[in-house]
Amino acid sequence: MTALTQTLGRAGGVNLLPVFIAVIAFVLIGAPSSWITLTVAGLAMGMMLFLMASGLSLVFGLMDVLNFGHSAFVSFGAFISATVLAGLGGWLTADSWALNSMALIAAYLAAITFGLIAGWFFETVIIKPVYRDHLRQILITIGAMIVAEQTILAFWGGTPFSVARPAFLEGSWIIGDVSIEIYRAFAFALGAAVFVMLYLVLNRTRIGLLIRAGVEDREMVEALGFRVDRLFIGVFMLGSALAALGGAMWAGYETLITPHMGADLMIVVFIVVIIGGLGSIEGTLLGAVLVGLMSNYVGFLAPKLALASNMILMVAILLWRPNGLRPAVK
Amino acid sequence: MSLLSIRNMKTSIGQYAVLHDVTFDVPEGGVFVLLGRNGAGKTTTLRSIMGLWSPSPGSVTFRGQDITGMHTADIARLGIAYVPENMGIFGTLTVDENLILATANGKFDKARLARIHELFPALERFRDKQAWSLSGGQKQMLSVARAIIEPRSLILIDEPTKGLAPSIVAAMAEAFREISRTTTILLVEQNFNFAKSLGRDMAVIDDGRVAHAGTMADFAADLDLQDRLLSLSV
Repeated sequence: MTALTQTLGRAGGVNLLPVFIAVIAFVLIGAPSSWITLTVAGLAMGMMLFLMASGLSLVFGLMDVLNFGHSAFVSFGAFISATVLAGLGGWLTADSWALNSMALIAAYLAAITFGLIAGWFFETVIIKPVYRDHLRQILITIGAMIVAEQTILAFWGGTPFSVARPAFLEGSWIIGDVSIEIYRAFAFALGAAVFVMLYLVLNRTRIGLLIRAGVEDREMVEALGFRVDRLFIGVFMLGSALAALGGAMWAGYETLITPHMGADLMIVVFIVVIIGGLGSIEGTLLGAVLVGLMSNYVGFLAPKLALASNMILMVAILLWRPNGLRPAVK
Repeated sequence: MSLLSIRNMKTSIGQYAVLHDVTFDVPEGGVFVLLGRNGAGKTTTLRSIMGLWSPSPGSVTFRGQDITGMHTADIARLGIAYVPENMGIFGTLTVDENLILATANGKFDKARLARIHELFPALERFRDKQAWSLSGGQKQMLSVARAIIEPRSLILIDEPTKGLAPSIVAAMAEAFREISRTTTILLVEQNFNFAKSLGRDMAVIDDGRVAHAGTMADFAADLDLQDRLLSLSV
């Protein structure tokens, strides 16, 4: 048993869990083409969840802040990008890859800019007065989430908002009898690129070193001469911008969005953060991919269990590893 | 002029008053030892100096500058390092990453690093190891090394021998002797023999007040005083 554990540990340890789940799903699904389609969908969903959850995990780990208002950044990111895309409708439908891309980049930049500014405001005005007070954090951030939802309702109305996609991301690639939706492949690639960037910043730069150290022991980082409160603002802004980008990508994935989409997603985002372990980017990615795959496989195999599947996954993982799969603090 | 002066320091944690009236001076150079029973207020004194808890009222003066109420990071940048009781090691960071975080510009001064590796050879062997995998003694070495990776004027060290093997304690004493040639150390210690071997001046805190201050030689010679203030038979 010990030898098996050591061999698995050397082969990648908990990182192998998505592979393990994918193999089981392959056996249960039977049809390789369906399995590939579901796996790509699961990975794409996982990457978008990763974007939404990574900021929350860092904020939770570094600042010990329970931010239920995180969903507001997701929702606003989705609506702002959708509005920009609607305004640039001509570019979206043009027979030009460059114009299509510029419309998409403008939409994502608008969402990211909103996330940065709103994140700064949220941290400075709402979060700072309630540091180290979890009860007030929960109350005030839930309050902020409700205000944000109502603001979206006031500006965009309550009916589902249709999201346009650039022409080059429409349709599917057909390889044999396998169909891969282009938008899903794009979402996976963009999410992976953001993960690599975040990973490099956290592991190869001094600011990343400070964030990782701050997640473990904020007080000690201050005793070494660094103002962690200033670091907090930067991390909060980054987390909010990532959530807004995740929301923007999710909007293109769903193509119909509602004011409460962020709140609906928050349950899954919290599951991702808890499964992955607080404060860890690698853990968040692992949790997000697991949740994405599980949702798609179970949705196909046993649709009635789809909603419960992620809860069951979380309970199973917490029974096995109470601090999550890859917590930042050992 | 003293390097550090504490005057009438009173610190409360929540609604509990821990320090009632702490006054003492730390002269420049050598090792100043703060003794006292468990719960007397020694750790609170160090944390209050470092700005981790705010003394109110009272004052802390460093090189003539009032640092009371200053942010911890600003106090650290004045040249005061802190080695907490729990060592404050960043477990997921490597030994080198722990050290480089404490440098002013993110780069090692090669001569200082070589000196640290000379003092604590284990840290050179395990440079790329994550700090959580080190032994208790090695973690303590890393914590002290982090405090001296940059030139400092004062190092606050809280119970560095707690739970360490006698051989490590001896190595630690040697290292502190070497460090104290260039840097003042304010040492909180329960191990009286260890403290006696290093300290030149000392103070005893009892129930949140300074109950005695003087030279270590005088205190070491007065067994009655030791027994009264520390309840030790040494």
